[in-house]
Amino acid sequence: MDFIQDWGLTAMVFAPLAGVAIMMLFPKDADDTHKVLALLTSLVTAAIGIAVLADFDYDDTGSLQFVRDNEWISVINSRFILGIDGLSVPLIALTLLITPLVIAYSWNHFPEPHNPKAFLSLILVLHTGMLGTFVAQDLILFFVFFEVVLLPMYFMIGVWGGPERQYASIKFFLYTLFGSALMLLSFLALFFLTGGETFSIVELAERVQGMDIARTTQLLVFGGMFMGFAIKVPMFPFHTWLPDAHTQAPTQGSVILAAVLLKLGTYGFIRVALPILPEAAQSWAPWIGGLAVIGIIYGALGCLAQTDMKRLIAFSSVAHMGYTMLGISTLTDFGLNAAVFGMVAHGLITGMLFFIAGSVKERYHTLEIKRLGGLLVSAPRLGWILGFCTMASLGLPGLAGFWGEFPAILAAYQPAEGLPVELFRGYMVVAAIGTVLAAGYLLWLYQRTAFGTVKDEFVDDPNIHDVNGPEWIAWTPLLALILVLGVYPNLLFKVSDGSIVNVAQQIAAATGN
Amino acid sequence: MLAVLAQVSDFVTPTIDYHAIAPELALVAALVVVLIVDLMKPGGNNPFVASMAGLGVLAALIPVITLAVDGADRSLFDGAFVVDNFSLVAKALFLVSGYVVVLMSTNYIAEGDYAEGEYYVLLLSSLLGMVLMASARDLITVFIALELLSIPAYMLAGWRKRDLIGNEAGVKYYLMGVFASAVLLYGMSILFGVAGDTRLAEIGQAIAGGAGETALITLAIVFVVVGFAFKVSAVPFHTWAPDVYEGAPTPITAFLAVASKAAGFVALLQVIYIAFPGRTDIIEPLMWVLAAATMTIGNLIALRQTNVVRLLAYSGVAQAGFILAPLSVSSDLSLQAVITYLVIYAAMNLGAFAAVIGIARKTRSAEISTFGGLFEYAPGLTVILSLFLFSLAGIPPLGGWLAKFVVFRALADANTTAGYVMGAIVAVNSVIALYYYANVAREMWMKPVPDGDRSPVVVPFSIGAALALTVVATVAFGVSDLATRLGDQATFLLAL
Repeated sequence: MDFIQDWGLTAMVFAPLAGVAIMMLFPKDADDTHKVLALLTSLVTAAIGIAVLADFDYDDTGSLQFVRDNEWISVINSRFILGIDGLSVPLIALTLLITPLVIAYSWNHFPEPHNPKAFLSLILVLHTGMLGTFVAQDLILFFVFFEVVLLPMYFMIGVWGGPERQYASIKFFLYTLFGSALMLLSFLALFFLTGGETFSIVELAERVQGMDIARTTQLLVFGGMFMGFAIKVPMFPFHTWLPDAHTQAPTQGSVILAAVLLKLGTYGFIRVALPILPEAAQSWAPWIGGLAVIGIIYGALGCLAQTDMKRLIAFSSVAHMGYTMLGISTLTDFGLNAAVFGMVAHGLITGMLFFIAGSVKERYHTLEIKRLGGLLVSAPRLGWILGFCTMASLGLPGLAGFWGEFPAILAAYQPAEGLPVELFRGYMVVAAIGTVLAAGYLLWLYQRTAFGTVKDEFVDDPNIHDVNGPEWIAWTPLLALILVLGVYPNLLFKVSDGSIVNVAQQIAAATGN
Repeated sequence: MLAVLAQVSDFVTPTIDYHAIAPELALVAALVVVLIVDLMKPGGNNPFVASMAGLGVLAALIPVITLAVDGADRSLFDGAFVVDNFSLVAKALFLVSGYVVVLMSTNYIAEGDYAEGEYYVLLLSSLLGMVLMASARDLITVFIALELLSIPAYMLAGWRKRDLIGNEAGVKYYLMGVFASAVLLYGMSILFGVAGDTRLAEIGQAIAGGAGETALITLAIVFVVVGFAFKVSAVPFHTWAPDVYEGAPTPITAFLAVASKAAGFVALLQVIYIAFPGRTDIIEPLMWVLAAATMTIGNLIALRQTNVVRLLAYSGVAQAGFILAPLSVSSDLSLQAVITYLVIYAAMNLGAFAAVIGIARKTRSAEISTFGGLFEYAPGLTVILSLFLFSLAGIPPLGGWLAKFVVFRALADANTTAGYVMGAIVAVNSVIALYYYANVAREMWMKPVPDGDRSPVVVPFSIGAALALTVVATVAFGVSDLATRLGDQATFLLAL
């Protein structure tokens, strides 16, 4: 078990890259070899990850475990520090689950222009970037992993995407790069403000508490980080890249984007921004909460106006991430726990919805809602699965979505000491109205696509078949988890609680309450 | 002869430390060997000259390594020629870049209608000038090194002698270069007049003393900086670069864009840090304006380019602005940042040119539109060129991000308004730059093949070797501390 303790995280993060290196040895036209290799790589990665998670001490989720602290770029005082706690574990588990499923789904759903070698290699590079972000405990290392995901995603949208793919891909790239440039400046400012000795997240948090950094400076530094993370989440008004990217991306890209990439932003808030700059976080919190509820309502209204199924799901992401950000903005352990749950739930549910959208597109060659209809007639199982997921997405109790939304709204009733209570109660009311709208657009979507009769143009279309093998393999685990987490949410709350309580206590201590 | 000299003056024969000048001697030897080997086969090209030149460059690297292992600082000829960590890092950079350029040239020159022997002789001479520049700590030595590296480069730029654009490149580069040399020489003469010495260290002391107060010294400093600003293609002294880059043979373009530019920076660093440290009040505002103008204008013009070589030329102008940026603030980290940037820049820019040479063997053009659909028939080259382009744009984990990072770091370390404003300018320019780099990538990955010809691209061995070297370096610089350590070593500058 020593290997797992010392090198488990490192092996898990870099295993996908090793897989890519092996894939490079085989020629481009060996399609099946590449599929098998990519799936094997993701399974090996998952196996290492499971070994790590099995060895994780769940009674001590508040402290960092499996810490690996090595020299890295010593001239710039950056170290190779990896470690996980209760906050990272759910997200790592989510990533380890989603990637093999996406690869399995790809088996017979290859977007044009095909080329499995390149496509699967990009997915594996993405895998390394996502896992690395969730385990990095040094700001520079975190930044590098945070950015590693950009290039593969850019190419995935740009090469395998829809008709407007070139515009969507560069928009995605420029937006996120702009945010991360400001974020990097903030990291550097923090580094010099704390004496220019370390980029370690834990140490920086301690140093900031021990120092007397001017309030305006703290607010500005937090602002830089806010830009980096908020664009990634994305929060209103920085969300405009998301509908384009989601709509144009191939199904696999949409799923990864929704399930994991968006979480890099919210994770960054909880992992980096809040613990290091709690006082600035407190000053920013009402604004973040405000933008979050605007996002909830705006996203919902946006959904109601969409005519394209995939674009509708994309806008629903803006609304759902709004709940997560509302939970974070309360700065209480209750709200932050809700946010972590919301991240996982959104990853599972919206990931599923994008899978379904991809499969509908493949059968009908369109996602225009008014041309669809009667899915329950022509492909009943697919129709039922869509129903299940829309119910989960609108927050039906008993399914996972509920535990992301409801506690977040509840947390806004009693935000952390020092935050304006009336304002947050106002946010609570608005967010609650958002759930009604969510029920509205999701049920309306379901009604228009699944109910009714099959439109004339698709009657007897041989292309429209029910759920097939790879789809079952990719979807079953997700559907099961949505149900399990909905019935027994403690499975997740228990893991995240320890480290979340730590963060909340850090904030409370620093803000003097 | 020596006896005569000894009678007319108090001349003392200098003791020569042959180990210290061994890199230069090795290059001279290689140069002579290439000349002789070429003569042995009159009337035609000798297939061995390219490998001889390459081996010669590698041979010159050996004493650089032994000197680095030895570690002692050496000073020859009354301090006119110095071997310290700074010069060793710079020499290694020039020699490795030179070797990559030889690799890139091998097939390009052999397959074109060019005289091979002369080409490599001139290339080695220019390289000799650069290697000498790294050690030059005296105005006269600096000037000799500068001319030794420039004059062969003028001829190499016009090497495509049956091509009008090639001729234009040669003449333009020559005229602008001579003009810059004249300005530089004038500045140097004033410096000598005021300080009474040609050695940089002595000039530094004179300026730190009373001589620094005179108005004339300001003029001298500005003239010297402008002279080198031409070499590094800083705006507004950049106008030669795009035309010369387009007209010159592509390996020479790479040589000018990387090695020659680095040599300009090395010279600039030497005069700034040894001769002018007493007048940062002139240097810093001057550098601030040069850096801001260079990166912004270079980037804006690059946005409109349709030819990949011209695009790389303007992006190289913008990159020069990034490299100048740390010099605009007083920080202990500036020198380290500049060297680190130069090392990383050399790897990624040489790589980009090597990939373009490889691709242009098939497309027969460097117009970006001919690169359409490259990913379909040459995925390897596409991935490699994309790596270099995104590295130039500064996307982690490729080397370029670390280069940008050390620049930000030096600017933030200064903790002044000017430093932070410059940081913001660098940040905005990085985003602009991404757009045009991504544009080339978009053409290769997402556009259809323009003429429908999907025959695979055959990459000759030497280009493949150049690509392998630069890819490994670009990635390694991004994920390890190699480049920053070189940059850190180079801050050990004698007489600093």
